[in-house]
Amino acid sequence: MTNPISDIDNEVELMFLIGTNPTEAHPIIGYKMRQAARRGAKLVVCDPRHIDLVDEADYWLRLKPGTDIPLLNGLMHIIIKEGLEDKKFIEERTENYEELKAIVETYTPDRVSELTGISVDDLYAVARLYATTDKAMIFYTLGITEHICGTRNVMSCANLAMLTGHLGRPGAGVCPQRGQNNVQGACDMGALPNVYAGYQAVGVDAVREKHEKAWGVSLPSKVGLKIPEMFAAAHEGKVKAMYILGENPVLTDPDANHIRGALEKLEFLVVHELFLSETAAYADVILPAASFAECDGTFTNTERRVQRVRKAIEPIPGQANWQTICQMFNVMGYPVSYNSPKEIWDEMASLTPSMAGINYERIEKENSLQWPCPSLDHPGTPVLHVGKFTRGLGLFQPSEHIPPGEMPDDEYPFLLSTGRILQHYNVTTPYSKGISSIWDKEMSELNPVDAEKLGVVTGDQVKVTSRRGEAITQIKVTDRVLPGVIWMSFHYTATPTNALTSHHLDPITGTGEYKVCAVKLEKV
Amino acid sequence: MVDLVKLIINGKEVEAPVGSTILQAAEMAGVEIPRLCYDKDLSPLGACRLCVVEVKGNRLLPAACVTPVYQGMEVDTDSPAVVEARKTILELLIANHPLDCLTCEKAGACKLQDYCYRYGVKESPFAGEKHDYAIDDSNPFIVRDLNKCILCGACVRACEELTGADNLSYLNRGFHRKATTAGDVDYIDSDCVFCGQCVAVCPTGALTEKSMVGQGRRWDIERVRTTCPFCGTGCNFDLAVKDGKVIGVLSNPDAPVNQRSLCVKGRFGWDFIYNENRLTTPLIKKNGQFEPASWDEAFSLIAERFKEIKEKYGPDSFAALSSARCTNEENFLVSKFSRAVMGTNNVDHCART
Repeated sequence: MTNPISDIDNEVELMFLIGTNPTEAHPIIGYKMRQAARRGAKLVVCDPRHIDLVDEADYWLRLKPGTDIPLLNGLMHIIIKEGLEDKKFIEERTENYEELKAIVETYTPDRVSELTGISVDDLYAVARLYATTDKAMIFYTLGITEHICGTRNVMSCANLAMLTGHLGRPGAGVCPQRGQNNVQGACDMGALPNVYAGYQAVGVDAVREKHEKAWGVSLPSKVGLKIPEMFAAAHEGKVKAMYILGENPVLTDPDANHIRGALEKLEFLVVHELFLSETAAYADVILPAASFAECDGTFTNTERRVQRVRKAIEPIPGQANWQTICQMFNVMGYPVSYNSPKEIWDEMASLTPSMAGINYERIEKENSLQWPCPSLDHPGTPVLHVGKFTRGLGLFQPSEHIPPGEMPDDEYPFLLSTGRILQHYNVTTPYSKGISSIWDKEMSELNPVDAEKLGVVTGDQVKVTSRRGEAITQIKVTDRVLPGVIWMSFHYTATPTNALTSHHLDPITGTGEYKVCAVKLEKV
Repeated sequence: MVDLVKLIINGKEVEAPVGSTILQAAEMAGVEIPRLCYDKDLSPLGACRLCVVEVKGNRLLPAACVTPVYQGMEVDTDSPAVVEARKTILELLIANHPLDCLTCEKAGACKLQDYCYRYGVKESPFAGEKHDYAIDDSNPFIVRDLNKCILCGACVRACEELTGADNLSYLNRGFHRKATTAGDVDYIDSDCVFCGQCVAVCPTGALTEKSMVGQGRRWDIERVRTTCPFCGTGCNFDLAVKDGKVIGVLSNPDAPVNQRSLCVKGRFGWDFIYNENRLTTPLIKKNGQFEPASWDEAFSLIAERFKEIKEKYGPDSFAALSSARCTNEENFLVSKFSRAVMGTNNVDHCART
């Protein structure tokens, strides 16, 4: 997020939500949004599904799945036509505006209405509202990114914010709410194939040399494989051994059968896990992991806030995860001697300019710190891009409409979209006895029109089949979803939703198109 | 600049911003006024009357939580009349209260108990009918005992003003008034989202965490502040630990992102850590079956096979999948292990998938 969560409490005048369901996926943020809306902040919800916050919204733009770019282009078209763009911001802070203008020129309200299903009147109203509200924040999550055009969707959100100068100040910004507790931190720490901690590129000689000197070894300069490439390489026999920590790609990655095939082909797999997960079943060695309650360390939240995780109880498997990983270093002939996670953090911070000012002592004293925080006297950075973008000028990267990779047809007539529900968190909460005693099975959402055609009522089972796999699910009949759509969560082993999901990926990030694929339904 | 007014509290001249209540002004001056229904995160209600104070020139005792200050106001927060009134209020409250502190889960963390202790209120001279509500034990997370409810309305306000679920309201009038769900159904049959904000703000034993029932007295519980392991919001809370075991989650008002608010997962989903399917020893697959192994055996096998494969196929035949669920320190180590030990940049996690 460019801006802090507290801007929702203290600053915001308009919240523009696109592809995010915060009261379920990020409940505390969602609750804050609901309170802000009730205090008088305007709320626009762009979502094909009738999510809870629709009930608080001034405008609900119920777009057809996969038409985010036309919607955003259409709003920008109107803003430019009506002269509501922030000319000063565009002039001083951005580049490539002419290309943006040329592309959105063709996204007339009529055409956009046709593509998205949103009325021309609502397009005008929302475009004017966003452009003319001083403190307007854009929020998105995986409804934007989990598409074949995910990167282009994100860029289109950024284009809209730059066009209207809604960046670099409190109460504005582009705010993706990150999914997992520490997905921000895992990126920040360099658990990525192209960068070390703090987004320092592996291909930059000075960066690599700094790490070589610190770590006493020569380091590879070639960018590594992203997850989907790893599994593809395993299929091809190029990747032979893997170490998987605390992830269950068999249940959570798209096109699960492809993942299973890849894991089967590995010569050696080590899985470091809390439970014998679907993925761990393929392991040659399973290392038992310690849970968050058993480890010291830090998590970094969606607003770049580094906070402590504190050990409350002794590790159930006898040792904390950092100790287990350190032992792997040692047995591989690279001895390490960290006495605590604090020493690991300190090494990272010494190599990472954007984190250099953060340490455990400061977090203890100041509660938490938001990076970038380059020095010990730096207060941290709640708002990004104040006065200047990281790259200098903000680059408009406009995009044409890119339809989903797979759309319903005669054979697979339903559109499947997926997401999280409030009560579950990916694949961990099913292990909570309390939670799973109430929410114990998938209840996929289906419109009453389709339910009647299929002859099913709430609680009935259907078989969902895509070109890649099948799953049995219970149905909840509700007009939260449009006719022709089935919406499923992916939390339950008994209903492996990701056996169905698309094999189409965003070509830049490798993100799967979880939000759209074609399926057929049969009553069972 | 905020305009300030000068007033006198307990004989001492103090300043407070215009629009402050007596309670807020007193707090700024370091004077604590007893309160049951007042909560700084909720709208003021003025229902419990325990915060009454004496104001010169006012023949009534106004409630400090809803009475604004004015220039020259003279307040006594502890006069004999105030103390007498507070005692009577407490006597009225406990006239219809079970007084089963011996076994009450909230003993030691109950404001009603604390104030009765402070004012020496042992029993009530007001004999009368007592409620006999059935305890709502319908769900795995929250025990609701309305016999212990003092109608402070904190739960109703938290449900509406923190979560916005609007699941709680008041029903009936007079003696039969209760703070409950629409239609007075059990929580499980209501629209409750089980965020537990109502439990976090309840000053008595009316709403308690089910996981903590019988697990330990409040004063024996160690609180370890940590960060929630579920979504990316970054809520903080305290793990309640007794004898080396987590028994619940308690809100921590200092949490920078969420203050006392949590969701069903953060507040009640932590028990996955004690699921009986937790792995406790390394496992090695032999003839297609996992067999328990020692850490040493596991590490030797890992070293042998990783070295062999790296030797035979080169560093890029290894790939590591790190975890967005694990700590920064663990992720940094996995990144370093892949690069410095295995010699490859093949390290990623689920940020994009």
